[in-house]
Amino acid sequence: MITFDHVTKYYKTNIGLNDVSLHIDRGEFVFLVGPSGAGKSTLIKLILKEIDADSGSILVNGREVTKLTSRLIPAHRRNVGIVFQDFRLLEHKTVYENVAFAMEITHQKRREIKERVPAVLGLMGIEEYVKKYPSELSAGEQQRVAIARAIINAPDVLIADEPTGNLDPDTAWEIMRLLEMINEKGTTVLMVTHAKDIVDRMNKRVISLENGQITGDAVGSYETKNAEENKEEAEGGEEEEEFVFDWTSGGLD
Amino acid sequence: MRLAYTISQAFKQMNRNKAMTVASVFAITAMLLILGLFFILVVNINMAAESIRDDYNTIEVFYLDETKEADIKKAQTEVAAWDNVEKVEYRSKAQAMEVLKKRWGDSGYLLDSLKNNPLPNSLIITVKDLEGSDAVAEQAKNLAGIEDIRYYKDTVDKLVKVTNGIQIAGLVIIAFLIIISIVVVSNTIKLTVLNRSEEISIMKYVGATNWFIRGPFLFEGIWIGGLSAALSAGIVAAAYWKAADILESGIIQVMSIPMVPVKFMALNLLWIFLALGISIGAWGSIISMRRFLDT
Ligand SMILES: Nc1ncnc2c1ncn2[C@@H]1O[C@H](COP(=O)(O)OP(=O)(O)OP(=O)(O)O)[C@@H](O)[C@H]1O
Ligand SMILES: [Mg+2]
Repeated sequence: MITFDHVTKYYKTNIGLNDVSLHIDRGEFVFLVGPSGAGKSTLIKLILKEIDADSGSILVNGREVTKLTSRLIPAHRRNVGIVFQDFRLLEHKTVYENVAFAMEITHQKRREIKERVPAVLGLMGIEEYVKKYPSELSAGEQQRVAIARAIINAPDVLIADEPTGNLDPDTAWEIMRLLEMINEKGTTVLMVTHAKDIVDRMNKRVISLENGQITGDAVGSYETKNAEENKEEAEGGEEEEEFVFDWTSGGLD
Repeated sequence: MRLAYTISQAFKQMNRNKAMTVASVFAITAMLLILGLFFILVVNINMAAESIRDDYNTIEVFYLDETKEADIKKAQTEVAAWDNVEKVEYRSKAQAMEVLKKRWGDSGYLLDSLKNNPLPNSLIITVKDLEGSDAVAEQAKNLAGIEDIRYYKDTVDKLVKVTNGIQIAGLVIIAFLIIISIVVVSNTIKLTVLNRSEEISIMKYVGATNWFIRGPFLFEGIWIGGLSAALSAGIVAAAYWKAADILESGIIQVMSIPMVPVKFMALNLLWIFLALGISIGAWGSIISMRRFLDT
């Protein structure tokens, strides 16, 4: 679904990504972790073609992203749903309009929008908020709206850049359940996070980045680095260490 | 459906930005008004220049009273064959008096009191090319039985030079004003765009095409431009009407320089303003959005 082949991206003075190769299969759930400045957001921006790679190839759903012309970028982005830490909802639009908006841009039929939006809001458990404005919702509810908007056009890939960064632990876990459900329905999910306990408990594939390079890629915990052999073990479900994590710093470090 | 969506979005955002919208309508209207003033000036000068050309591309050959009409008519056919001569008209004393009376208009009756017609018989040579009228005049000087010849090349040359200068200056000023207007609109819309840069980036993330994003802003620009155009066309037409009223009854008529008729002017101004206003609005909005849509 997503393949990076020797991708390098330098900013004027900083390294964004340095010779990164990775492959994510259709239907996978992958965490992308690493310290601040490691290049996680850079990797996501490259997938969305918000920025251009200096070299290397990026395939998303069989399409060579680095060669997309500006005319083809919008269609590409509709196939990649995106959720941010700060929700990024349109403040003057209602919940319904925020989600419907993603369908309106492709000029879908109003009837179809009217059926689909409430259905997806229902899936996110916020169908009763259709007429409310984002400012009237809690953080967790706003993130649900953002997720609904990201998946309304049934993208193949859902990318989440620290989606739980602004949420309390319980709410964060509710969001994780939703992402897991979306993944189980077949959408590939790539999630950037600093939340060790979420990564550890979810027991999914974890790709670690540091200084623009991949330093670990294995199923398991946040700290797992180079345990290729861990992959098979982890599949069997290993005992998880109960890790008490300080949430207030978790999202911000 | 698409257009309806774009238009409704445009009105929503204008409504959210009422003050800005009104301000830019005023700014563009002011620009168009100044522009209209220069336009009217240029058009009228142009027309005056044309009519001067028409009036003065002639060489008048005045004959002595004793020269026989038959001889003059003979000269007429001869002159008609010269290079650069479009036509030659014979004007008798009586006809010359008629022309003069007409030109004097209401005061024409004063001429009735003249006992003898003091005007001479004449040939009126119309030249094809004003530049070559010197040669024709030289030739005409050698005609037999003439009293005098009159032609206006120097005067016309000077007038043409002056009017050309004024026209060029007017056009430069108009071009300058158009550029200023585009900058004004683009700055106004840039403010709306800045207000909505967050929204635009979200739209791009969700996969909106550039034209989808641009559409409402473009329409906003066109609407603002069109509104300003209608407004300024109305104001200019009214002002010009008044001015024409005053001028027509005064000096202008005496100088026999006609003004472009009001109705013609107003209609043309409306179209010109609309075309200008709409393209100013459209360009302004496209320019202001360029930076935000580069990916
Ligand atoms: N637009 C930019 N111009 C210059 N340097 C940049 C730009 N964006 C990112 N960088 C640099 O590239 C490196 C990687 O940044 P990136 O945003 O990918 O990190 P990150 O892993 O997402 O960090 P965080 O966890 O803090 O979000 C950093 O050193 C950063 O300063
Ligand atoms: Mg980041």
